[in-house]
Amino acid sequence: MAAAKTRASSFSRNLSAAAPSQGPGLKCGPNGLVFLSSGIPDLDKILGGGFPLGSLVMVMEDAEAPHHMLLLRNFMAQGLVHNQPLLYASPARDPRGFLGTLPSPAASKDNKSYETDPDQEKGLRIAWQYKKYFGENQLNFDGQKGSLSLDGKHEYSNEFDLRKPLDRHFLNRQHVDCVSIQDSPDLSVLRDRCSTFSSQFPRNDGSVSCAGRIAIQSFCAPQCAYSNMEWDMLSFIRSLKSMVRSSNSVAIITFPPSLLSPSFCKRWQHMADTLLSVKAIPDEDKDLAQLLTGYQEMVGFLNVHKVARINTQVPVILEATTFSIKLQKRRYLVLECLNQAPVDGSSGTSYGTSGSCSGSSKAGNLDF
Amino acid sequence: MNQRSSNLLDEALGLDQTIEPWPLRGRAVVIEDRVETSGSFVLHHLLKRSLSPNSSNVSIFIAFAQPFSHYDRILRKLGCNLVLQRDNSRFFFFDMLMLQCPGGHEGITPEGGLIALYGKIHKTILALPEVSRKNVSIIIDDLSLMEVAVNGSSDYVLDFLHYCRTLTSEFDCSLITLNHEDIYSSADRPTFLLQMEYLADILIKAEPLATGLATDVHGQLTVLSKSMNYGQESSRNNTSNFHFKVKENIVECFYPGSRG
Repeated sequence: MAAAKTRASSFSRNLSAAAPSQGPGLKCGPNGLVFLSSGIPDLDKILGGGFPLGSLVMVMEDAEAPHHMLLLRNFMAQGLVHNQPLLYASPARDPRGFLGTLPSPAASKDNKSYETDPDQEKGLRIAWQYKKYFGENQLNFDGQKGSLSLDGKHEYSNEFDLRKPLDRHFLNRQHVDCVSIQDSPDLSVLRDRCSTFSSQFPRNDGSVSCAGRIAIQSFCAPQCAYSNMEWDMLSFIRSLKSMVRSSNSVAIITFPPSLLSPSFCKRWQHMADTLLSVKAIPDEDKDLAQLLTGYQEMVGFLNVHKVARINTQVPVILEATTFSIKLQKRRYLVLECLNQAPVDGSSGTSYGTSGSCSGSSKAGNLDF
Repeated sequence: MNQRSSNLLDEALGLDQTIEPWPLRGRAVVIEDRVETSGSFVLHHLLKRSLSPNSSNVSIFIAFAQPFSHYDRILRKLGCNLVLQRDNSRFFFFDMLMLQCPGGHEGITPEGGLIALYGKIHKTILALPEVSRKNVSIIIDDLSLMEVAVNGSSDYVLDFLHYCRTLTSEFDCSLITLNHEDIYSSADRPTFLLQMEYLADILIKAEPLATGLATDVHGQLTVLSKSMNYGQESSRNNTSNFHFKVKENIVECFYPGSRG
């Protein structure tokens, strides 16, 4: 048998928090991977750092709500803020229009205002909530006193303010490319564009200088001419994955799974390195409101089905795979674990209070 | 060295006894997995076993899923140096990530592309020294991507596999393949999967636990071994089922409930 097993492993986890030589947009991770941010700090944490270079992310859409657009917007905006070239493909006639809806990084003084929230209970909850951010922010503040983040450029992962559009100067640079996939009869045009794009960031053994992002929205949308060519679409995804693997880029594809046959949907799911899905939350669902705390603030659910396993065979088992998508102050996208409201065991009915997670003001028999 | 842990898998496959002659000689092993539970760790384990220093086994790895660097890193953590083995002609890596038939540039037909691949494998085996020819493992990762490469003509893939099967009888090769069971079970007619399961001498299924996710147990493995007909003994199938936990340097296998 191989003798290597008896000695202690010479591999040590390389969990350096920052990789200053590569710039703020990239971070080193374990197994020789380099991550870039998804644009949503909470999602980066859940996924163990972000999206690894060379991976393919797939997001399953929900026809009832456009939450996948939130993910796409943040992903694209984060890339532009970090000067990472972007290729964006969508079934719209003029994809450039979408760029106008990209959010701007939040000025971090806005983030700090949370801690002074007057509401006692809310204040407690938020203080706990944001303690994890507070430590990180402290690090950033100490690091660069001069260039405080009105710009947001120096952080690996920015909070984006969804109500403030991205500065024009980010969009006017050379490295934003848009493709409309509505009229292409087959996928050769898109394939060629992706190929040229990803060849700008060849992967070699040296350090990563620049990374690219490819975002493809609603890939099998019915208005696209190729949308009934199942094997062709699959073949495209496979070649995109190979392209991305051999370059320093990340590709994200969103697609509505209901438009694919079940067998093909499974094939697409197996293709993904990281697989997410978004779900709409029905308005005014009384049962859900009783079951979950903070229901009123929730916009939707995000499910993490698969986390990228490149260079390793160990699967990632998350403590929770379903998260609620909330818009804090209607501006900032946060993901939270679901908190179940306390159940009154004696009478068999549940009572939930929205807002506080630490029990309600009602007296009652709490039977856990 | 925690030799005990992976023994359940090795036992089920007959790998715990001797390595020479390679117990999987002449047998087709089919590994099935799902989105929730990946079975590629079984591939890595079998590759490592086949490249064990005590044997003269040669492995031909046909990769549709990942590039060489991925397997190299994983196998290194398992204690096997693929670069060294490749240099010593014990490991051949065929990178099929870009194979596309019908090909855009060369105009390869689906059939043609797979025939060429088979030809390459055959040539590689013939080029081996006499002693190694008897101990070749052909490993394919993974079959569903081979189907994509030929644009859905599963018949050609089956033909290719049957050709590889002839190699198992001609040269006593073992054939190890990985496929995704949930793709076919959700199709109308799971023909391809059934054909594969029929072809297999050993079927290894990696499935999630019925109870859901857990950090201590990553899933369950079912190994179905169709015993070869020894003449007086009636052919009997051996089934084993156990839980597993995948780590960087080993796979721990244990009976349900015995973790502790």
